[in-house]
Amino acid sequence: MSETSVKRSGELSDAGNAEAQSRTPLIADLRLWALIGLVFLLVIPHFVYPVMVAKVLCFALFAAAFNLLLGFAGLLSFGHAAFFGFSAYVTGYCLQSLGLTAELGILVGTATAALLGLVMGLLAIRRQGIYFAMITLALSQMVYFACIQLEFTGGEDGMQGIPRRPLFGLIDMSSNMSVYYLVLAVFCIGVFIVYRAVHSPFGQVLKSIRENEPRAISLGYDADRYKLLAFVLSAALAGLAGSTKVMVFQLASLTDVQWQMSGEVVLMAVLGGIGTMLGPIVGASIIVILQNELAQIGSISTIVQGGVFVFCVLLFRRGIVGEIGYRWKSWRGRS
Amino acid sequence: MDFLGIPLPVFMGQLLIGLINGAFYAVLSLGLALIFGLLNIVNFAHGALYMVGAFVAFLLLDYVGIGYWPALILSPLIVGAFGMVIERFLLRPIADLDHLYGLLLTFGLALLLEGIFRQVYGVSGETYAIPASLQGGFNLGFMFLPTYRAWVIVAAVIVCGATWFLIEQTRLGATMRAAVENADLVRAFGVNVPLLVTLTYGLGVGLAAFAGVLAAPIYSVNPLMGSNIIIVVFAIVVIGGLGSIKGAIASGFMLGLFEGLTRVFYPEASNIIIFVVMAVVLIVRPAGLFGKAA
Repeated sequence: MSETSVKRSGELSDAGNAEAQSRTPLIADLRLWALIGLVFLLVIPHFVYPVMVAKVLCFALFAAAFNLLLGFAGLLSFGHAAFFGFSAYVTGYCLQSLGLTAELGILVGTATAALLGLVMGLLAIRRQGIYFAMITLALSQMVYFACIQLEFTGGEDGMQGIPRRPLFGLIDMSSNMSVYYLVLAVFCIGVFIVYRAVHSPFGQVLKSIRENEPRAISLGYDADRYKLLAFVLSAALAGLAGSTKVMVFQLASLTDVQWQMSGEVVLMAVLGGIGTMLGPIVGASIIVILQNELAQIGSISTIVQGGVFVFCVLLFRRGIVGEIGYRWKSWRGRS
Repeated sequence: MDFLGIPLPVFMGQLLIGLINGAFYAVLSLGLALIFGLLNIVNFAHGALYMVGAFVAFLLLDYVGIGYWPALILSPLIVGAFGMVIERFLLRPIADLDHLYGLLLTFGLALLLEGIFRQVYGVSGETYAIPASLQGGFNLGFMFLPTYRAWVIVAAVIVCGATWFLIEQTRLGATMRAAVENADLVRAFGVNVPLLVTLTYGLGVGLAAFAGVLAAPIYSVNPLMGSNIIIVVFAIVVIGGLGSIKGAIASGFMLGLFEGLTRVFYPEASNIIIFVVMAVVLIVRPAGLFGKAA
């Protein structure tokens, strides 16, 4: 316990601090970039196929949720596909079989993911570091097998043709454009929750646990409770992303609960920059676009993902956003 | 003849399958435990290298005409050498970082290997014939025991025993155990610890390849065979703890048998039973059955 926590001071925390310290000047102000990003996202579906951008946003939220756990609490979960995929099934079931409205379907899906996160979290936080990763992986594989065998998921076939029910029963959601703006709204809410969580006393405690768990405990913080809360929050947001994805693609399938999906979200966070606010969003965009381009050529996408993984871990541990932040900081330090 | 309302041949047949799965679990988790001991990383590529081991045997037969028995030695050597290259050039540079990076790197390697073999051979899999000397079987009166399946169990027990002997009873093994306890001190005595680490990784990976060759005639040689088994092995490792060689072997066989029993009495749960056991162990004894208390 103590050994892993003490050693965890290297690169993981480096990336986390890079973001916090480069906030002062205007050009590095997160709010400015958020505004530019928002305007960009409001306009872009008029130029690009909105479903594609909506997909990017769903995965970006998923990656941001995952990064909340790895980047700020130092917990590597290899089972986040369980929340993403299972909430998709639940939302699909609510919309298709129960006839609930869009916002209720998404809410129920998110709540289910939070509950699942609570159960998995209670088990997983009993072990640290590498074991934590293996436990989350094994538990999510259990969810995967459950999804194959449960009746309501449609087993190997999954769910297709899930209706896009109107939002609040009033606002029509049948066009791609209206769904896109729903996704954008959900994305903004989700990322704002992550931002608030990280930049709050709660986030500070999480970081202190990541840096030195025994010391945080000795200062009176109940580390397990904070870790569990972070896990549930992360699971709920991952579920929110999965539920919203159902509105976009109108299907839920085993792909979303498979362990490969858990690996993908890890890659998005690592590529973009662990422990940065914008990193997961950048990483998710790149991976989704990459997959889209490479989808036609068999397993090339898997090979490229594996290669990017190895490259990032060996030579590019800060990730894209983390690296930019680091360069920016050292450049400012010199001038 | 019935046993608890289940025909005895069916019961014994499932138990045998459980024991065979247990043999694979034991050899794979043994390799994981060896690697974890010295490198402190969980080798996510273990399943992929198990798959590569099976493929090397298949390719040796297909292109060079080298049969099962030489492949049983050659494939682990080839894959083990490949593993040593991985350790030397990919894992060593990140050895001093947080160990989660090792997990991430080997996960990337697993994706790479699986993707490459899937690209070349598809997902349908290739068949590998049982060698002539191990065809047929014994009639035990209450059930039919295929010779090859019996051989798999015997081979796994021999390899596990040999590895245990190497680690616990030889001078090299003693040095390795010492390096696990305190690498710096062992280094101060003039032992080339980095070389020892490379050899250990090669040995662990070679064990995975050996399991792959053993599995080739039973299951089809399939690019996805590794990822299917490795997650179960991870759960087994959480149950048994990565601390001891004997623990890894024992929990591998035990959980294979337990899975077989589940298939007899409640087949719907056979896929998830090991994960359920893991959850129970985490609640009752978080450090694992054979692990040292944290």
